[in-house]
Amino acid sequence: MTSLATKMDSLARPAQRSGLSDLGIRNLFIIPTVLFLIVFNIFPLIYSLGYSFTDFSASANAPANFVGLRNYRELLSDEKIWANFAITAKYVIISVSGQMIVGFGLALLLNRTFPMKGLVTTLLLLPMMMSAAVVGLFWKLLYDPSWGIINYALGLGDFAWLSNPDAALFAIAITDIWMWAPFVMLLSLAGLSAVPKYLYEAAAIDRAGAWYTFRRITLPLVAPILLIALIFRTMEAFKTFDIAYIMSTQPTTEVIAIRLYKQAFQQWDTGKSCALAYIVLIMVLAITNIYVKYLNKVKER
Amino acid sequence: MRKNLKLLLAGAAFTLAGAASAHAEDLTIFWAEWDPANYLQELVNEYAAESGDTITVETTPWSDFQTKTFAEFNAHGDAYDMVVGDSQWLGAGATQGHYVDLTDFFNANKLNDVMAPATVKYYAEYPGGSGKYWAIPLEGDAVGWAYRKDWFEDPKEKDAFKAKYGYDLAIPETYAQLRDIAEFFYRPDEKKYGVAIYTDNSYDAMAMGVESAIFSYGGELGDYATYKVDGITNSKEAIAGLEMYKDLYKFTPPGWGKTFFIEDNQAITEGLAAMSMNFFAFFPPLVNKSTNPNADVTGFFANPAGPGGQRFAALGGQGISIVSYSKKQEASKKFLEWFIKDSTQKRWAELGGYTASQAVLKSPEFQNATPYNKAFYDTMFMVKDFWATPEYAEILDQFNQNIYPYVVGDKGTAQEALDKTVKDWTATFNKYNRYSN
Repeated sequence: MTSLATKMDSLARPAQRSGLSDLGIRNLFIIPTVLFLIVFNIFPLIYSLGYSFTDFSASANAPANFVGLRNYRELLSDEKIWANFAITAKYVIISVSGQMIVGFGLALLLNRTFPMKGLVTTLLLLPMMMSAAVVGLFWKLLYDPSWGIINYALGLGDFAWLSNPDAALFAIAITDIWMWAPFVMLLSLAGLSAVPKYLYEAAAIDRAGAWYTFRRITLPLVAPILLIALIFRTMEAFKTFDIAYIMSTQPTTEVIAIRLYKQAFQQWDTGKSCALAYIVLIMVLAITNIYVKYLNKVKER
Repeated sequence: MRKNLKLLLAGAAFTLAGAASAHAEDLTIFWAEWDPANYLQELVNEYAAESGDTITVETTPWSDFQTKTFAEFNAHGDAYDMVVGDSQWLGAGATQGHYVDLTDFFNANKLNDVMAPATVKYYAEYPGGSGKYWAIPLEGDAVGWAYRKDWFEDPKEKDAFKAKYGYDLAIPETYAQLRDIAEFFYRPDEKKYGVAIYTDNSYDAMAMGVESAIFSYGGELGDYATYKVDGITNSKEAIAGLEMYKDLYKFTPPGWGKTFFIEDNQAITEGLAAMSMNFFAFFPPLVNKSTNPNADVTGFFANPAGPGGQRFAALGGQGISIVSYSKKQEASKKFLEWFIKDSTQKRWAELGGYTASQAVLKSPEFQNATPYNKAFYDTMFMVKDFWATPEYAEILDQFNQNIYPYVVGDKGTAQEALDKTVKDWTATFNKYNRYSN
C-alpha cells in the first residue's frame, strides 16, 4: 500500500513539474477575472465619477465642461428627485417586507416531510426563474379592469389597479412579492433545515409552546440567513426598474431607477445622470453596510 | 515589363469588379414598428427590383424608438443609412450633426411645391422659417377620431340625445359637443363608455392628445421662435383646452391611465367606446373586418373645433433623413430621388402609406380610397406640432410630469399644471441659453 502510493507519487511528480504550478493555476484563474472587473466595472465606475462633475451630454457635440459639484447640488435640492426617492423607499419597504413574510411563511410550511415535497418546492420557485419583463406584462393583463382575472376573482368590479395613482405602487409591489418571495423561501428553507433536531426535542421535553420554540430556537438560528436574504432583496428592490417600467407610467410609481433611465437615455443629460447614479450607489452602500454590521452582530451571538 | 502589365490589368479588373459590386448597395432604413413600416418595406422592394440596391426597413417598438435611434447617433454608428425620424427630432438631428443637410436636394427638386406645406414646415425645415431642410416628408400623420356609426345613428339614441341636450346627435363640430356625446354614451353598467383618449406619458402620446385640445381652443405651447412661454403656454385658452381634456378622461373606459394607439383601437374593436382618438396611421386595422368586428359600423372624423371656432390637430408623422454617419449617403440620395417621384408617391399611397405629396392628396382617387382619407386630407391642412428644439425630450418629460397628475390623478388644477410647466420650461431654456440672443 505504502509502496504503491510512493510509486504513484513519483510518477505524478514529473508531470506536475511540466504542467502549471499552483501559482500559475491561481494566476490563470484570477488574472482574467481581475482584468474583466477592471475593464467592465472599475474603469466605467471611475470614468463616470469624472463625468458626474461635468455638464457632458452624450448627444451633443460640445465638449464636457467641469462644473464642480453643481450636478449634485441641483439633484439634492430638486424636490422631484426627492419625490422619486420617497416612492422608492415606500416601494422597498412594502415589497421587501412582503417578500420576507410570504417567503419565510412558505419555508415554515415546507419544512416538514409530505408527499411530493420536491415537486411543490420546485413549482413554488418558478416565478423567480422568469424574466421580469414577462412577469410585468402578464401581471398587467391579470390586473386589467375589463378582463383581468384578479378583479373577477376578488369581485372588485372595474377597480383600475394600475391607473389608480394610489394603488399602482402596491400593485407593482405585489407582483414583485410574487416573483421574489420564492428566493427568500429558498434561503430560509436552507436555514431551517440546518437547525439541529435535538434542540426541538429538548424543547418538547421541557414542554415549551410552539410560539416559544419558534421565538427562542427557530428565529435566532435562522436570523443570519434571513438577514442575507434581506440584504439581497433590499439592494434589488432599491434599483427596481423593469417591472415598474413595464407595468405603469404613473408619476406615483416612478422609482429612482426609472428617473435615472429617463435622464440618461431619453434626455441624454449624461453628466447629471452620472451624479444621480452615484447618489443612488452611495445610498445602497450605506443601507447595505447597516445590514452587514447587524449581520455580524447576530452571527457573534 | 509584361509581368507588370499583367499585374496592372489584373488590378484594373479588380477595381472594376469592386466598383460594380459597390454599385449594388445594401441600405438600411430605421423606423418604428407599425403597419406603415411594412408598407414601406413593400415599396422599397420595388425599388430594389428597379435599381439593384436592396433596402431593409428595420423597426423597433415605439416606446423604444427614440432611445435606440439616439443611442446609435451618439455612438456615431452607421448601422442605419436613413432614419424616418419623428418630427420633434429635427432640432437635435440638425444641430447635433446627426442628419445630412438636404437643403440643396430639397431646392433642386422644388419639394416646397410638391409636398403639403404643413409637412414641409414640420417634417423637414429647421429652424422654422430658415429655409434649411433636413428631411423629406415621408409619412404624413395627424390626430383624428374614429366613432361608432351604429350608436350614433340609432333612432332611440338620437331621440334621447336630443331630449337631453337640445340638438341632434351627429359628428361633433366642437369639443363641447364631443364632450356631451361622450357623457351621453358613458354607461358603465352596460360596459359602454363615452370616449377613448391618449394617456400614456412614457413618450409623446398624452402630449399629442392634450395639445390637440389646446390648439383647437386657441392656445399655444409657446413661441417656438423666441422660446417665450410665460403667458402663452399658460394662457386662458390653453388652460381651457387642458380642462376639456381632463373632462373627457372622466368618460373613458376603466383603467384608461396608460393608453396609446393599441388601447384606443381596442376601444373600437372591443365595442367599449363611442369615439376614439388616434393617429390616422393606426386606422387601417379599423376598416379591416378580420381585425375589427365593428368595421362596417366604424366612421371617422377630423378633430373638432374649440369654442372660438379655431380648429387644429396634433401632427404626427415623420420625414426621412440621411444619417450623417452612413457610408452610403450617395446611394441613399439616389433612393430619395426615386422616392419623391410622383409615380412612387402614388404607389406609396396605394400601399397604405400616407403620402405628403399635394398632387396625390388632392386626387379624388386618394380621397375616396378609404373611409378616413377625406378626414385625413382635411386634417393635414390644419396641423400644429410640439416643440422641435434639440432639448425637446427634456421639455416633453416635464410636460408629462406636470399634466399627467392633473388629467389622470386628479391632482391640482389646469392652471397649476401649466404654470409649473412654464416654470420648468423656462429653467430648461435658460440652461441651454435660449434667451441670450
